[in-house]
Amino acid sequence: MTEPIVKGRNLVKRFGSVTGLNHADFDLYPGEVLAVIGDNGAGKSTLIKCFAGAHTPDEGQMWVEGKEVAFKSTHEAREHGVETVFQTLAVAPALDISANLYLGRELRKPGILGKVFRTLDKKRMRKESGEHLQDLGIMTVQNITQSVETLSGGQRQAVSVARAAAFGSQVIILDEPTAALGVRESAKVLNLIQDLRKRGISVILISHNMPQVFEVADRIHVQRLGHRAAVITPKTHSMNDAVAIMTGALQVPESEQTLGPVNVPV
Amino acid sequence: MSAPATPEYDLDEEFTTKRSTVQRIQMTLHRYPWLSSLVVLVAVIIVFGLVNERFLLPNTISLMIQQTVIVGTLAIAQTLIILTAGIDLSIGAIMIFGQMLMANFAVYTTASNVLPIAGQNPIIAIILGIMAATAAGAVNGFLIVRFNLPPFIVTLGTWSVFMGLTLILFKARTIQGPEMPETMKFMGESFPVGPFNFSFGVVTMFVLYLLFAWILKNTAWGTHVYAVGDDPVAAQLTGINTKRVLFSVYLVAGVVMGIAAWITIGRVGSASPNVDPMLNLQTITAVVIGGTSLFGGRGAVIGSLIGAMIVNAVEMGLSLAGVDQAYRTTAIGLLVILAVGVDQWIRKVKQ
Repeated sequence: MTEPIVKGRNLVKRFGSVTGLNHADFDLYPGEVLAVIGDNGAGKSTLIKCFAGAHTPDEGQMWVEGKEVAFKSTHEAREHGVETVFQTLAVAPALDISANLYLGRELRKPGILGKVFRTLDKKRMRKESGEHLQDLGIMTVQNITQSVETLSGGQRQAVSVARAAAFGSQVIILDEPTAALGVRESAKVLNLIQDLRKRGISVILISHNMPQVFEVADRIHVQRLGHRAAVITPKTHSMNDAVAIMTGALQVPESEQTLGPVNVPV
Repeated sequence: MSAPATPEYDLDEEFTTKRSTVQRIQMTLHRYPWLSSLVVLVAVIIVFGLVNERFLLPNTISLMIQQTVIVGTLAIAQTLIILTAGIDLSIGAIMIFGQMLMANFAVYTTASNVLPIAGQNPIIAIILGIMAATAAGAVNGFLIVRFNLPPFIVTLGTWSVFMGLTLILFKARTIQGPEMPETMKFMGESFPVGPFNFSFGVVTMFVLYLLFAWILKNTAWGTHVYAVGDDPVAAQLTGINTKRVLFSVYLVAGVVMGIAAWITIGRVGSASPNVDPMLNLQTITAVVIGGTSLFGGRGAVIGSLIGAMIVNAVEMGLSLAGVDQAYRTTAIGLLVILAVGVDQWIRKVKQ
């Protein structure tokens, strides 16, 4: 049987007297788009921030590709191939697109220039940024030196997603990627998600938007009161069911859930 | 699988929209904020040159550049700190601290009985002075990073602390030029370049500007300085060790202040604890007029050199025109407000 690429068991995270995660479990299978939904305060963001390295859980265990991990920073998560597009996008507005793509892992020139004088290889970063954006169907070769603050919300999202996808990552976490976007820009982001999936990258999508979730997700993880209430698929359950699970009106027995991998279309 | 059902979206088209001329100017200034200050500097020189021909004499220009050297060098340190959205009010006090330490180590005086190993080789004295300024910068950085204190408050405090320490340790005694070995005053020695006269201090300042302009543009550290000033949370989420970057900025600024201390001894010709109590504010003026944003993440060191020169050119020009000191001070103040106004306009670049 396929092993989850990202797995969490019994995760607990407390913030003072508030419990963000209450013995939550989590499974992401290779190549799938897993949506995480839940009411405000259900612990969606806390859950994914543990895998992103932005939070460290107080209890419980996490595995990436079968190896147990304990991330202390987003940097460590990235080293294990888990990239995150945060809701705030985490871009430096005054820096240009290529500087943002390589922020925190800049390329240095080969030889003495790079090793001793630590010179950045701007040419290569620009060229490769252009290629990464092109891979996702965004052509910016002429404008790669444009500062990010001059971009629209959808474009910034694209830059953020490109950054996550650029570094051979296997898992990309998207936190509310369409929350601040209009209809047209949201559609672009959903397209980007499908592109990522086509390239074999597993995606975790946090969203409030039910129609979007049901459009792109293979499986849907419903978070409630800090733990996993159920895992369903768009085929087995309706949007109304999902809302009912979120609010606690409906309980789904494990036999009716989709805890294992679904047949991921290639 | 067939192509996604969603229609084709053309993101390229959005990345390559046309802009009007005003927007283009705004965009250009946005990318190179020091350009507007360069225009102002050129305008100032032309206007004062027309008003008074003495303004453009090589002697006047040489003097103006030499007068810029203390504020100009310190402004490098201030720029680095302001780029991280910080501010350093202790900049002058640390420089004076380093300067007095240098001079007291180089000269044996009975007054400096707190320094029993005084009378050292001047090179060692200079190195000790630069190290002391670096340590002082590190103290600022440590307090800001470790305890999350606002830079304004920390440096307001250390400003007084280092002023006080200087007076306690060195007894407020001015060490006169003739008392010091020549090496201490090396930065003040000048040599002719065509009709102009440059001091080694001026050359050092220019070299430091080129060095830091290069570092900020071409190293990861430089990019991180901008990123931390721009949006510290974002910088942290992308895996940058923001605390280390911040601390290193205050440390490096300390090194620059130490070098400025040596330059000041050369420029002034003596080491006095009362050089200029307004140095910290003058560096902020130079940085702001030079187009670096007080909100962080935007600007360039080269702008601060231009800013310091604008202040000096306006001072010199108005004084040659016989304008009273009070009016000159007022003019500089208005210039600062204008510069901040331009910064706000430039920051508004959006589609």
